[in-house]
Amino acid sequence: MKTLEEINKIREEKRKELDLRVNTKLDTREKHILVCHGTGCTSSCSPEILETFRKILKEKNIENVRVIKTGCFGLCAKGPIVIIRPEDTFYAMVKPSDCEEIIQKHIIEGEVVQRLLCKDIDGKKVQSLDELTFYKKQKRIALKNCGVINPEEIDEYIAFDGYKALEKVLKEMTPDEVIAEVSKSGLRGRGGAGFPTGKKWELTKVNEADQKYVVCNADEGDPGAFMDRSILEGDPHSVLEAMMIAGYAIGATKGFIYVRAEYPIAVKRFQIAIDQAREYGILGKNIFGTDFEFDVEIRLGAGAFVCGEETALLESIEGKRGQPRVKPPYPAVAGLWGKPTLINNVETYANITRIILNGADWYSSIGTENSKGTKVFALGGNVNNIGLVEVPMGTTLREIVYDIGGGIPNNRDFKAAQTGGPSGGCIPAQYLDTPIDYESLKEIGSMMGSGGMIIMDDTKCMVNLSKFYLEFTVSESCGKCTPCRIGTKRMLEILEKLCNGKGELEDIDKLEKLAHNIIKSSVCGLGQTAPNPVLSSLKYFRDEFIEHAVDKNCRTKECKAISKIMINQDICKSCGLCQKVCPVGAIKGELRDKREIDQTKCIKCGTCLASCPFKAIN
Amino acid sequence: MEKNLVNLIIDGKSIQVEQGKTILEAARENGIDIPTLCFLKDINEVGDCRVCLVQIEGRRGFATSCIQKVEEGMVVHTNTEEVLEARKVVLDLIISNHKVDCLTCVRNGNCELQNLAKQFNMTDIEFAGVRNEHEIDDKSPSIVRDFSKCILCRRCVATCKKVQGVGAIDTINRGFESCVSTVENKSLNDVNCTFCGQCIQNCPTGALREKDSTGEVWRKLRDPETYVIAQTAPAVRAALGEEFGMEVGTNVTGKMVTALNKLGFDKVFDTNTGADITIMEEANEFIERIQENDVLPMITSCSPGWVRYIEMNYPELLPHVSSCKSPHEMFGALLKTYYAKKEGIDPQKIFVVSVMPCIAKKFERQRTEMQNDGLYDVDSVITTRELARMIKQANIDFVGLEDSEFDSPMGEATGAAAIFGTTGGVMEAALRTAQDTLTGEDLKEINFEAVRGGEGIKRATVEIAGKEIKVVAASGLANAQKILEEIKSGKADYQFVEIMACPGGCIMGGGQPIKTSKERMEKDIRKLRADCLYSIDEKSTIRKSHENPAVKKIYEEFLEKPGSYRAHKLLHTKYFKRNKYNFE
Repeated sequence: MKTLEEINKIREEKRKELDLRVNTKLDTREKHILVCHGTGCTSSCSPEILETFRKILKEKNIENVRVIKTGCFGLCAKGPIVIIRPEDTFYAMVKPSDCEEIIQKHIIEGEVVQRLLCKDIDGKKVQSLDELTFYKKQKRIALKNCGVINPEEIDEYIAFDGYKALEKVLKEMTPDEVIAEVSKSGLRGRGGAGFPTGKKWELTKVNEADQKYVVCNADEGDPGAFMDRSILEGDPHSVLEAMMIAGYAIGATKGFIYVRAEYPIAVKRFQIAIDQAREYGILGKNIFGTDFEFDVEIRLGAGAFVCGEETALLESIEGKRGQPRVKPPYPAVAGLWGKPTLINNVETYANITRIILNGADWYSSIGTENSKGTKVFALGGNVNNIGLVEVPMGTTLREIVYDIGGGIPNNRDFKAAQTGGPSGGCIPAQYLDTPIDYESLKEIGSMMGSGGMIIMDDTKCMVNLSKFYLEFTVSESCGKCTPCRIGTKRMLEILEKLCNGKGELEDIDKLEKLAHNIIKSSVCGLGQTAPNPVLSSLKYFRDEFIEHAVDKNCRTKECKAISKIMINQDICKSCGLCQKVCPVGAIKGELRDKREIDQTKCIKCGTCLASCPFKAIN
Repeated sequence: MEKNLVNLIIDGKSIQVEQGKTILEAARENGIDIPTLCFLKDINEVGDCRVCLVQIEGRRGFATSCIQKVEEGMVVHTNTEEVLEARKVVLDLIISNHKVDCLTCVRNGNCELQNLAKQFNMTDIEFAGVRNEHEIDDKSPSIVRDFSKCILCRRCVATCKKVQGVGAIDTINRGFESCVSTVENKSLNDVNCTFCGQCIQNCPTGALREKDSTGEVWRKLRDPETYVIAQTAPAVRAALGEEFGMEVGTNVTGKMVTALNKLGFDKVFDTNTGADITIMEEANEFIERIQENDVLPMITSCSPGWVRYIEMNYPELLPHVSSCKSPHEMFGALLKTYYAKKEGIDPQKIFVVSVMPCIAKKFERQRTEMQNDGLYDVDSVITTRELARMIKQANIDFVGLEDSEFDSPMGEATGAAAIFGTTGGVMEAALRTAQDTLTGEDLKEINFEAVRGGEGIKRATVEIAGKEIKVVAASGLANAQKILEEIKSGKADYQFVEIMACPGGCIMGGGQPIKTSKERMEKDIRKLRADCLYSIDEKSTIRKSHENPAVKKIYEEFLEKPGSYRAHKLLHTKYFKRNKYNFE
C-alpha cells in the first residue's frame, strides 16, 4: 500500500531519473538502451537482444547504462528496434550478434553504428527516431508512453503523469464533471462505430443499479489490426487508469478487460499492471483515501471474432457461447449479468487520461469538426513502412500512404486502401486526398473501423480481395441468425464462382441483392457490415467484376483459374530462358522462334514471369 | 390514456396495446399476421431466423417483431415490398441449406417450413449452394435426428435447456458449420438425453422425430401365428383426433378402438386398466411407507423419461421412487401371464403393442428389468402419431368411424385411470384409493382440485383419515429438478410427489400430435386435452381404481392382494444409477 504522498514522491523522483528518455538534450553520463518488446520485435528475438546487451555490459563492467524493455515504437517492419537515449539513436533490424558492436562503438567509443541506421523515404540514413518522416506527421496521444516506458514497471508509468488523472478526478471532480469533460473533448468510440464516448458514459451513469460494470473490449480481431495489442503491451496502466476513471464516472466498482488469448504478452503485462496497482492500493478499496473502490479482472477470449461485438463479448464474459444479444436493451441498460455496463475499446480508454490532464479543449483542438483527437492505424499491405501509426483526425490517406508509409514498394501504383477490416470497405485512388474521419470514410463507402489499414497496389484483384474478406466473415460468423450464417456463405460461393471463371453477369446482381438484404436483416454488427467490402469493391471496381464474369479474365492474374500467362510476341527475344524454367514443359518454340505458352499445359505457377529478362511475359 | 398502454401504428392502423408486448403480439391481437419460424412463445424468443422481420420508421435495418417490444409512437410496416423481399431472401437461404425431401418426410403436411414456403410462393431457390450434410443419428430407441433438415431455429435447444432443465443439446461450431449437437457430438443415446421428446414437439421441420415402430407392428399384424394385442394410454384418446383434423380435446376413444380393430389387432385393451392396477400397488406402497416409516416422500414412477432423468442426475434419491412399473408395463406383464393362462394362449405368441403419447416408453420397453420369464412385458411401443399414420396407411376414414368398446376382460377402467394422462392425475387417483383404504369408507368427495391445473408445480395439503398429508405434483423436468433439490436439502415437508417428465403430463407427451408455434400461441392445447380427460372421469360410473371390477377380479383370481409376492414379481421393478455420458 502506498499513500498518495508516497505515490507523488515516486513520480517526482522517478521522473527525474527517467528524464533522459524524453529529453535528448540532457547532459548525463547515463544511457538507456531501449529494446522494443512488442509482439513483432519479440518474435524476432528482441528478448535475446536484451539479454545479450545485459551480458555484455556486465562482462565489460559498464555502469551507467541500463537496458530497458519497452512497448512498440511503431515501425514494426524494421524490427527488432533498439533506441539509445538520451541521444535518441535509432537502430533498425538489430540482431543479437549486433549487440557487441553497438556496445563497443556506440556506448564505449561514442560513435554511431551507421550500418544499423534506418533509411528514410528519400533514401538517406537518419540517426534519430524523430527525423524519420514516418514519425514527423504523427501525433502520439494514445501511444504516448509506448516505446518510452517499461510497461512492466508501475513506477515508470507514474513518472510520466501516471495515475495523476485518477487523482485529479477523485479529488477535484464530480462524476458528472468527468463525463462532461469527456463529452466536451469530442472523443468518439475507437472500436470503429464512433459513438460519442461521453454520451455512452452518461447513458450508463443514469441507470441506477446496485452493481454496474466497466468493460474494456480488447478482442481486436480485424485481419491486420494490432493497435489495441500494442497499447496494452506498451502502456497497460493507461488503460487500467482510464477504466477506473470510467468506473468513478458511471458509478461502477468492478471492471473486466476482455482480451484475446492470442495476445499473451498483452495479457501478461496487463495482469502485471493489475497486480502492481493492487499492491500500491491504487486498485482496491478507499482509493487515494476516498470512498471510491474499484477492481479489474481479465477475461480471455477464445479467438472468436464475433466476441468483439459488445453483446457477444458480454455473453462470453458470462461464460456463455459468444453470440450477440438483440439490442435494445443496450449494455448501458442491461449489460453484464443484466446490470448497466459501459463498454469501450482499448484505444478509447487510452485517450482518457490525456483528456483529463490536458483538458477537453486541448483534445478537441486536434482533429476535424466532428472527429476529434487522433486515430491509431495498423498500416499494412503494399506499403514500405509497415507498422503502427497515430495521426490526427483529418490527415489524408495520401499523407499516411506516401509520407508516413513511405510509399508503395517497387514504385507501383496505389490501387486502394482497405479500412475497417471485414466491416469496412476500400478507398480508391480518387479519394487519396480525403481527410480521414468517421463521416468522410462512411461517405465514400468504407468506415473508420478499429484501425486496420491495408494498402493495395495495382497487382491486387478486387474480386479476390472481396472473397478474402467474405472468407473471413463466413468462418467468423457465430451462426445465430440466418442472413449472416447462410447468406454470407452464399455470397462467398458467388465470389468463388467469379474467381474461378464460372460466374455469370447475373451473379453480380445476385451478390448485390443478397448483400443489401444481409445488411438489413442480420442481428448484429458483424452481419450488418459483412457485405461492405464487397459492396464498396463493386462500387469502385465494378468493371473488374464484370471482367471476371463475362470475359473470364482477371487483369491482375491473382485469380489463377482465369488468368492466362501470355508471351508478348513483340517483346520476346527468343532467348528461351522461360522454356528452361517451365516445370511442366508448357512453353513451345525452338531456337530463334518466339516462344508461346500452351495454355492447356500451363499451371500458372509464374516461374516464367520471373525468368524473363525482357519482361515479355505477363 | 392509461399508464400501461402504448399507442402505435401498424400498417396504417392505430392501435393501443399493453406495454411490454411485442410487435408480433400487438399485430396478431389486431388481426395483422406476421410469419414466424424460430419463435416459440415463452420458450424461444431470440429473433434468430429473421422470418418475422418488420420495418420500423426511423430505424436502420429491420427489426424482429417476435422480440421487439412496442414503444409509444412507433410506426411499423409489416408488408412493404422491402420487408417481403427480405423475408423471402431469408426463407430462400434457409431452404437452400435444408434437405428438401418433403414427399418422403415424416412431417410432410405438418411442417412449419413447408407452410412458409407455400405462403411465400417459393417456386425456386434463388441462392442455392452447398448444403450441410450430417449423418442421421438413430442409435437411440426413441429419437432420430437428421440435421440435414435442421434449420437452426434452436427451439429444441431452448426446450431441452429451459423447459426440461436437461441441456442435452446445444449449438456447436460456428457460422455455416453451426449445428445442434451433444457433448462430443455423440449420439443422443450416449448422453444425458431423457428421451422425453419435447424437442420433437417443438421442431418445426423433420429434423427430429420418433423412432418409427410401425414397420414391426405391421409385420406382426400380418403374421397369423402371432396374437397381437393393443393397449392404449389415457392421453392418446384426447389427442388422436387432431391428426385427422378434429378439434383439440375431442374424445375419440370409441373411434380409436374401432380403428385398432380394423387394423387387425386381435384384442384392443385399455392401458387404463393397468393404470387402475398401478394405483392399487402405488397406494398400497405409499400406505406401507407411511406405516413403516420408510423413505418419504414417495415419488411416482409412471413417466419413463422422468425415471431416466433421476437415474442419471439424482441416483442418491432413487429410494424415493415408487417401485411400481408404469401402467402399460404392468398391463403387459399381466397380459402375458394372467390373461394368457386364462385364455389358453401361449405367451410366447403374444405380441403386446402399447399405443402411447410418449417416446420414452420406447426406451422403457426394452429395459432388461421389464421382462418376466424371458419375455418382455411389452413388445412394441407406437406413439399417437404413429398410430395415426397406420390408420391413414390403411385407408381408414377415421372421422367417419363408429364407436366401439374396448375388449373384455382387460378393457374396463375407471375415471381415476383416465386422468393419469394429465399432470396431477396420478396423484388424484392415488389419493382417492388411499382415502378409502385408510378410512374403510366409500367417500364421495373425490375431486382433488388442488392438484389440477397447468402450473408446473402444484402443492396441496389433503386430509385423509384425520391425517394431514402434503402432496406435490410437478411436471416438466426443470420443475422436477426443483422438487428433487428440496428433497435433497431436507426442505421437503411433503409425503407424496407426482412427477411427469413432460410439461402438463402425458397429454403433452413427446409422441402426441405436433402443433405449430402459432397454434400453441392461439390455443391452450394442454388445457383442452386435459379437460377431455377430466370430462371422461366425470362421466365415468366408477371413478376409483379399487372399485374397478376387472381389477378386483385380477386380484381375486391371480394377484391376491396389492404388494403380494406375485405382484412384486410382475408389477414392480428396480432402478439403477445411470451414467449421463457414455464415453466408450
